[in-house]
Amino acid sequence: MNPVLLLGQLGRAVLTVMAAFGRVAIFALDALSHMLRPPFYPREFGVALLNIGWLSLPVVGLTAIFTGGALALQIYAGGARFNAEAVVPQIVAIGMVRELGPVLVGLMIAARVTSSIAAEIATMKVTEQIDALVTLSTHPMKYLVAPRVLAALLTVPALVAIGDIIGIAGGYTVAVQNLGFNSAAYLRNTVDFLEMRDIVSSLVKGAAFGTIAAIMGCYYGMNSGRGAQGVGRATKGSVEAAAVLILAANFVLTGVFFSL
Amino acid sequence: MIKLDNVKKSFGDNHVLRGMDLEIPKGSSMVIIGGSGTGKSVALKCVLGLITPDSGTITVDGQDARKGDRDAFLAKFGMLFQGGALFDSLTVWQNVAFRLLRGSLKRPTEEAREIAIEKLRRVGLKADVADRLPAELSGGMQKRVGLARAIAAEPEIIFFDEPTTGLDPIMSGVINDLIREIVVEMGATAMTITHDMSSVRAIADNVAMLHNGVIQWTGPVADMDASGDPHLDQFIHGRAEGPIEAVR
Ligand SMILES: Nc1ncnc2c1ncn2[C@@H]1O[C@H](COP(=O)(O)OP(=O)(O)OP(=O)(O)O)[C@@H](O)[C@H]1O
Ligand SMILES: [Mg+2]
Repeated sequence: MNPVLLLGQLGRAVLTVMAAFGRVAIFALDALSHMLRPPFYPREFGVALLNIGWLSLPVVGLTAIFTGGALALQIYAGGARFNAEAVVPQIVAIGMVRELGPVLVGLMIAARVTSSIAAEIATMKVTEQIDALVTLSTHPMKYLVAPRVLAALLTVPALVAIGDIIGIAGGYTVAVQNLGFNSAAYLRNTVDFLEMRDIVSSLVKGAAFGTIAAIMGCYYGMNSGRGAQGVGRATKGSVEAAAVLILAANFVLTGVFFSL
Repeated sequence: MIKLDNVKKSFGDNHVLRGMDLEIPKGSSMVIIGGSGTGKSVALKCVLGLITPDSGTITVDGQDARKGDRDAFLAKFGMLFQGGALFDSLTVWQNVAFRLLRGSLKRPTEEAREIAIEKLRRVGLKADVADRLPAELSGGMQKRVGLARAIAAEPEIIFFDEPTTGLDPIMSGVINDLIREIVVEMGATAMTITHDMSSVRAIADNVAMLHNGVIQWTGPVADMDASGDPHLDQFIHGRAEGPIEAVR
């Protein structure tokens, strides 16, 4: 292939990606500005808290408990190769709190919340409900986007904290029941080992991932194409984008917290 | 008065409006007719600012529709969307009273609910639909709820996009009378899109026919039959033969 053509295509692809980033960034800033200015819609916010926070608890809890349990088994087996089985409590704690808790909760929220926000808003868009909102003097960014983003920003850190605790509990259960660890010693090792920085990083990641999940759902929903296909595409795109951005943000935040 | 001046709008290479001019005097009822897909709904959405025209100007009472205070501008309007566009997460009465439950027209919940039920009655719906969800209603009922929502806050200007499509003949009559009543008694300005020629005669002061992206003919409803315009004649008599092609 002609190298100039190839370069041109590469350039176009880069420009497309940059433009998309720009649009999302502008959308996010717009959402933020609407979060800070009245009118506020407390009922919408309440519903969003319920949907994003409370109703995500089962899936977050189940994800965390199985992951914590598996982590304990893996570390025990891996540690045994160099006589380091005893590190199970410390590694489970650090692994859950720093990394797996926030990432898995974030991805679960992307699967559960981002998809439903995108599908709901996209359906509203294709059935002219967004247009109807505007003609009824209600700003869609305020009425639909701001409550959901704010709810995710506030509840996902809480979900991450709960996920961390349940994950550690999963590891503890496996370690004490199956691997012969002493219960009191396991708990003491966990608590002594964790630093404030681990916990803060976990919560900050939660807030960042929650915001990303909600914004991507809203962005794809508000920019959905027409018809059922438009809704399908918006939903798929939102989950892909949210998941990838969450993992990228996790890498960046991990760097910020632990290598500086 | 609503005035459209040389309004153009294309979607890609689909040139929908190609220089539409139209005037709707205050307190009058304008009915827009025209073939399916000629851009009638797009024209209404341009006036409301939901779609941005590529060029041309739209003024409402002399004020440019796209400049100035959007909230105050939109507060004058009520709109019935072609598909109803009811909020499916809210009950019927909350849909109707949407404007009355928030923003500058906010009232106590009880009062808003009473107004909603009264408006529902005016579109021929019983009070017991008030607490149902839109998805539980038939298509024609949804349309009428949309109509009730459009008139709930007693706006100065009301747009009806096919208000009687999907309704039985009796209900169509009720809705035609209602629209006429709103214009005559409340002095509202109405702009109605319809394909139903009996509605046109019942509702309209003036009629405009949109064809090929421009207003093909406009005038008082009384002149419609003797217009001498072959396009309009073909349309109002529903003939397959004529200057308007059947496949567009
Ligand atoms: N958002 C949009 N994006 C792309 N094309 C659009 C959009 N809205 C309308 N169109 C196109 O504009 C044209 C006019 O559509 P419009 O809905 O105004 O028709 P209409 O005159 O109201 O027809 P009907 O009587 O069937 O409702 C159609 O060809 C439609 O495909
Ligand atoms: Mg239409």
